[in-house]
Amino acid sequence: MTPLRHTWQVTLRYLRALFRQPAWIGITLVQPMIWLLLFGALFKSIARIPGFHGGSYIEFLTPGLIVMLAISSAGWSGMAYIEDMNLGVMDRFLVSPIWRGALNAGSVTQQIIIIALQSLIVAGLSLTVGGRFPNGVGGVAILIGVATLLGASFASLSNALALVVRQRESLIGAVTSVTLPLTFLSTAFMQQTLVPHWIRVIARFNPVNWAVQAGRSAATQHTDWNLVATRTACLLALLLTSAWLATRSFRAYQRSI
Amino acid sequence: MTQAIIAHELVKTYPGEVRALDGLSLSADSGMIFALAGPNGAGKSTTFKILTTLSRPDTGSARVAGIDVLRQPERVRQAIGVVGQKTGATPEATGSENLVMQGEIYGLSGRALRQRVNQLLDRFDLREAADRPTKTFSGGMRRRLDVALGLVHRPQVLFLDEPTTGLDPDARASLWLEIERLAGDGAMTILLTTHYLDEADRLADHLAIVDRGRIVTQGPPETLKRELRGDAIQLELEAAPSDGRVTAALLALPGLSEILADGRIVRARAEHGASAIPGLLGALEREGFAVSSVTLARPSLDDVYLRHTGHLYTKHDERE
Ligand SMILES: Nc1ncnc2c1ncn2[C@@H]1O[C@H](COP(=O)(O)OP(=O)(O)OP(=O)(O)O)[C@@H](O)[C@H]1O
Ligand SMILES: [Mg+2]
Repeated sequence: MTPLRHTWQVTLRYLRALFRQPAWIGITLVQPMIWLLLFGALFKSIARIPGFHGGSYIEFLTPGLIVMLAISSAGWSGMAYIEDMNLGVMDRFLVSPIWRGALNAGSVTQQIIIIALQSLIVAGLSLTVGGRFPNGVGGVAILIGVATLLGASFASLSNALALVVRQRESLIGAVTSVTLPLTFLSTAFMQQTLVPHWIRVIARFNPVNWAVQAGRSAATQHTDWNLVATRTACLLALLLTSAWLATRSFRAYQRSI
Repeated sequence: MTQAIIAHELVKTYPGEVRALDGLSLSADSGMIFALAGPNGAGKSTTFKILTTLSRPDTGSARVAGIDVLRQPERVRQAIGVVGQKTGATPEATGSENLVMQGEIYGLSGRALRQRVNQLLDRFDLREAADRPTKTFSGGMRRRLDVALGLVHRPQVLFLDEPTTGLDPDARASLWLEIERLAGDGAMTILLTTHYLDEADRLADHLAIVDRGRIVTQGPPETLKRELRGDAIQLELEAAPSDGRVTAALLALPGLSEILADGRIVRARAEHGASAIPGLLGALEREGFAVSSVTLARPSLDDVYLRHTGHLYTKHDERE
């Protein structure tokens, strides 16, 4: 009971801060459009490559884009922690009886809400520019579900890292050098059979690719439910591990102050 | 009388051979205001961090509200209220939102919490600012909110790390009144740090001066000042005396030291200035000197502070 109450309080605190920044709301709404239109135009001809069998490129791109947006938003989650450390808010929480897990869970919940909103926007936009979701609402729900699972793990890892490095610059460096490469070492924008062999090998161990594969398979035709289930399970395990790590990292932070 | 705070031989080092605490011990009785003063980097905030369960000492032990800080930090956290050196409020949230969240963290909710929040808003004169984001607050309002946050759950022991730094004289005076009221009924023990010795003088039942991670002197402010031996007495004569006569007359009196005559001004130190003055005036009159004014200056905490922190540096330097 108490852990839930604390988590909700932390979530509320983040959401308030977010929704009181009109600029942020604008950016969150506009960003998906830019990506969708940009990538849609840029990679349009991929659908004409012999061996591509994903229907239209927009249809193929949408799940990849949803996953990419999920991690690129969640990866920055730790920045709020660093802000809180600098303000003294983190210390106020840590000398209170607040459940440590709530500090991560609340931050993750906020990310999940952002990701869900962004994903819905992308899915909606995709429909208006000719994308289709043959498996209907259920398929889209699974797609958004795996994207949030992955985003929640990234947010937890980002929080954990923030507690360890405690410095904006270090976190920025780590996030940028992880999210973009992981996105392009996946099948987010290119069909598996068309990427070089070595990328295919790496992609097998890349959580971003797990989410892309599961989400795409669930949202498009010829769904491989076995693939969806195994990748989702892997993502769930990753989330539990990262949440545990994020909660543990408060000890590292407290040792350093 | 029970001890609300006991710290025993706390040692804390930070990477790079920084010895923030070097065997600091202190003990504060229940219901008292205990002040820590000392130069920047002396270890005041480090002491606070350990006593409030934020960080752990390398060695040493501590109890707060009767609970072992190292063994049962969760129980200590329920019993204490903490106002850090930095403000701890969420800038985007309003005053009330900050207070409500703080209350929820400590297990308050519903009507009881709303009442408590209203009470604190009134008490700290934050009513008008209750629905404004705290980032728009003035420094004084923010600090009052910080203290209110520390009090939501009616803690037994309150920690205030430099509560009045950066406040204007009015804001300081009103916060002093609040702090005095909090400690007034003896139900709460307050440990505070300050760089203002007038603040310590006014508020503290007990003052400890910290330097280089240790307490170099402590006691009730009155006692500390008395231990300095000597109020400063300054006399002005109506006419300048001839050399040596005043000094000779005063040397005969018991209890005076550091006698110095300079033109019409005569200076001396006496352990109890007020009781030395009649004798002093009498002696001067007998010798035929007319006195036009007398001033008596009690030693201030600044003297105490300078003496202890100043001396210590030379001692350290010799040792090293
Ligand atoms: N997290 C930290 N990492 C490394 N060194 C630290 C850390 N916190 C404090 N120190 C060092 O420990 C010493 C004591 O610092 P502390 O903050 O306790 O001083 P203070 O008495 O509160 O000073 P001030 O009056 O400036 O607030 C200083 O030398 C400081 O640089
Ligand atoms: Mg300090």
